[in-house]
Amino acid sequence: MDLSSNLILVIVVTSIATFMSRFLGILTAENISDKSKLFDWFNYVAYSILAALIARMVIFPAGSLLESTLFIRLFVISISILIFLYSKKNLVLPTILSFVLLTFLSSVN
Amino acid sequence: MINRKYFYQGLKSLVSLRSPAIALACSFIALGALFNNAGFNLQQSAASSFFTYALPGQLVMTESFLVGASLFNIFLSVWLVNFRLYPMTVALVPILKHKSQPRWKYYLSCHLIAVSSWLIMKESYKKIDQKYRLDFWFGIGCGTLSAAVLSTLLGYWISDYLTKEMMIGLAIVNPVYFLCMMISAMNNIKTVIAISSGALLGPIFYLATPEWSILIAGIAGGSIAFFIKDKKNGSI
Repeated sequence: MDLSSNLILVIVVTSIATFMSRFLGILTAENISDKSKLFDWFNYVAYSILAALIARMVIFPAGSLLESTLFIRLFVISISILIFLYSKKNLVLPTILSFVLLTFLSSVN
Repeated sequence: MINRKYFYQGLKSLVSLRSPAIALACSFIALGALFNNAGFNLQQSAASSFFTYALPGQLVMTESFLVGASLFNIFLSVWLVNFRLYPMTVALVPILKHKSQPRWKYYLSCHLIAVSSWLIMKESYKKIDQKYRLDFWFGIGCGTLSAAVLSTLLGYWISDYLTKEMMIGLAIVNPVYFLCMMISAMNNIKTVIAISSGALLGPIFYLATPEWSILIAGIAGGSIAFFIKDKKNGSI
């Protein structure tokens, strides 16, 4: 098989694998009320999974972030969170700043 | 079909001060550049973001493709890394439900579930009349999906101009955005416990089992939060 049609298959397989979880979620949710205990459990699990994902992205990153040190990543994140808290939870400022700051720190390193 | 007023209201959340557009743009620009370097063409890159629309899975797909993994192995690793969408969907759909909404809309709407749109919906749904929440959700979701696809294209086009340092800078924006949104979501003790135990257990379990760590940490952290007694509300 040539590279291009192989790539299309890869994209299709990835999309199906991803959509399965979303669709299975819809089927499961069909008989769950937002006032039930089961809904609460899924809600806390979802938040907890996202927190675990973010922690992993920062502490054990993949890709480009591997080329920065953990100390610098934590430094940039702490500054961004401080700005977030002091700017009445504005999200535009800390996100732009984190990009500029880490790009700058990576260039001088 | 879709209530326009609520659709636009949802779409407008992309131009607010809490907009996910910047974080989305940064991570999908980096993805577009990565696709270009990996030998994807423009159409394939856009199609991937449109039909998969889940960043960690797309990264795993690219890495696996580059090392020549089999289709079956790609399927398994993507399924595992994107399985977080399952509990996220179950924790979202019940708040969107209304008997006046047709079934096909739910099936279509689940494709729009991603971390950024999910976090926004979770923080704003109480202000929206339950009857129109699904329309509001379509607004958020179509906005974030379009931002993701357009940014992938942009990243593909400008990949030659992105330095290594800028790629590192782009990669931190998403975690920063998610972290800030999570901090905002911590408005009751149980959510605080769910989020902090997940953040703590995730990296610890990673040392034992990298592939399963996030799922196991999430189930453990979420269950701890679920079973802890909330004194203020008097319920588990």
